[in-house]
Amino acid sequence: MSADTREDIPAEREKPPIEAVPVRHPGRWVGAAIVAVAAAMLLHSLLTNPNWGWSLISNWILSPPILKGVGVTILLTILSMIIGLVLGIVLAIMRLSPNPVLSGTSWTFIWAFRGTPVYVQLFLWANIIALYTTLSLGIPFGPEFLTFDTKTLIPAFVAALLGLGLNEAAYMAEIVRAGILSVDEGQEEAATALGMSRMQTLRHIVLPQAMRVIVPPTGNETISMLKTTSLVIAIPLTNELFFQASAIGNRLFQPFPMAVMASLWYLFLTSILMVGQYYIERYYAKGAMRELPPTPIQKWRRRLRMGGAQA
Amino acid sequence: MSEKPVKVLARNVHKSFGRNEVLRGVDMEVRAGEVACIVGPSGGGKSTFLRCINHLEKIDAGQLSVDGELIGYTQRGGKLYEMHDKEVAAQRRSIGMVFQRFNLFPHMTAAENVMSGPVVVRGDNKKQARERAIELLGRVGLGDRGDSYPMQLSGGQQQRVAIARALAMDPDLMLFDEPTSALDPELVGEVLDVMRRLAEVGMTMIVVTHEMGFAREVGDLLAFMDQGVVAEMGVPREILANPQSKRFQDFLGKVL
Ligand SMILES: Nc1ncnc2c1ncn2[C@@H]1O[C@H](COP(=O)(O)OP(=O)(O)OP(=O)(O)O)[C@@H](O)[C@H]1O
Ligand SMILES: [Mg+2]
Repeated sequence: MSADTREDIPAEREKPPIEAVPVRHPGRWVGAAIVAVAAAMLLHSLLTNPNWGWSLISNWILSPPILKGVGVTILLTILSMIIGLVLGIVLAIMRLSPNPVLSGTSWTFIWAFRGTPVYVQLFLWANIIALYTTLSLGIPFGPEFLTFDTKTLIPAFVAALLGLGLNEAAYMAEIVRAGILSVDEGQEEAATALGMSRMQTLRHIVLPQAMRVIVPPTGNETISMLKTTSLVIAIPLTNELFFQASAIGNRLFQPFPMAVMASLWYLFLTSILMVGQYYIERYYAKGAMRELPPTPIQKWRRRLRMGGAQA
Repeated sequence: MSEKPVKVLARNVHKSFGRNEVLRGVDMEVRAGEVACIVGPSGGGKSTFLRCINHLEKIDAGQLSVDGELIGYTQRGGKLYEMHDKEVAAQRRSIGMVFQRFNLFPHMTAAENVMSGPVVVRGDNKKQARERAIELLGRVGLGDRGDSYPMQLSGGQQQRVAIARALAMDPDLMLFDEPTSALDPELVGEVLDVMRRLAEVGMTMIVVTHEMGFAREVGDLLAFMDQGVVAEMGVPREILANPQSKRFQDFLGKVL
């Protein structure tokens, strides 16, 4: 900038940028170097050690039985979480009800389902369901594989949903309850003063605000559920991802690569869930922050723009 | 003035929280179109009395009626029956309430806050409710802030939205519980102005406040509430000029 241009804009004051030597952090560099070397060694071993069986994994990872297993795992996760969430909300509302019968029932449910391992619950549901289906479908009909289908596969799926969904409901109930209690009492008071009923107040005023507290742990629950589906072996439900992967592994006498393959699938699915969780949390932050935090895409754009300005 | 019908009538109203007797025989009579201001020391039961009027609290003894209708109870054949929640909710609709801490719904914009009562409770059409909300916001001087969230508004603006929200249910009685106590001094005036205009168009109002100027200029009645009873009550100018009890004199000495 030359002196004559400055004269053109007399009102503008000079603002020289601060030119300071940034603080050096030698410790960080040493630490980073150690980590980088370790990572390189790990990567080298991953790629060169034949025990990992990468070619086997790449042959099977998109094979039909595995893809179908992935589909069943996703379906189980979604349906169980829906059951858990809906029933969890109902249980939380019951728990907070002034009616002692309702709150007592809810308390007992939560006590029973949180107090026993989900693996055991799945096993119990399978037996309870089997008891009822042998009673109603006791007479064999049609060809062999059809009876197998109706008698084993459908009840097994239902047992899995009951086991996973009801267990989840007990945890979701506590999460939802904490969310409801986190909402300021004045909110309920204002809604009541407008003439809203208890249910209208919950639905329109309290629950939407409770969501901010409910959503983050629910995201964690979903991620956890995705992995818990591998326990339906207790029933046994055999067409989900991990069972399929293990079955193939056992048949090929290569159980380890197949377990790695299943893990890669789980990692991929949980990563997608984490992205989804970020956006849902952002949506429910509405009204709690003056400005919504930027999405990662917006963040990158902003960074690019700033980089361009500096260059 | 005494020709107008009685709007709110309290006779010997009692209310306890556990062992703590907060209201010990409150008497008050407010006629349609009047503005009654309640002052008094902290803990005297002012908020509790206001909350009893729209049945946010249940009274233990005495009588409390609005438009000649008991609040929360029906009387049949000399016996009292507790009202069903739905009936109580219906009674509350014609009573608007404004709180010290605004209690706006933070997840809704200003317009959505104002619409919420009509849409949720009365099932009004959303489009019309929104038009009405914008009009009401205009009346409190916020016609252009309909899309702002409460967090984006100043305290005074939030309280004016809260007043508009209460007005949206077309109440014929408005209760204010220290509507300006949480505000910075320079924002108090804008809220009092809105209340003054509301009084001018004939709204019946019961206002718990520490704003003596407002009570004197706008109030038709002033009640000094202390230790669970209305200790003194009358035309504001008169009783302020000539307080009877020592406690009222002391109180006035502190706030004036
Ligand atoms: N829900 C409640 N449960 C128990 N005690 C309560 C409850 N609400 C109010 N109280 C008690 O009742 C008494 C009167 O309270 P209230 O809020 O009516 O007083 P106030 O005159 O409005 O005082 P302030 O000027 O501080 O608002 C206080 O001692 C308070 O602790
Ligand atoms: Mg109070």
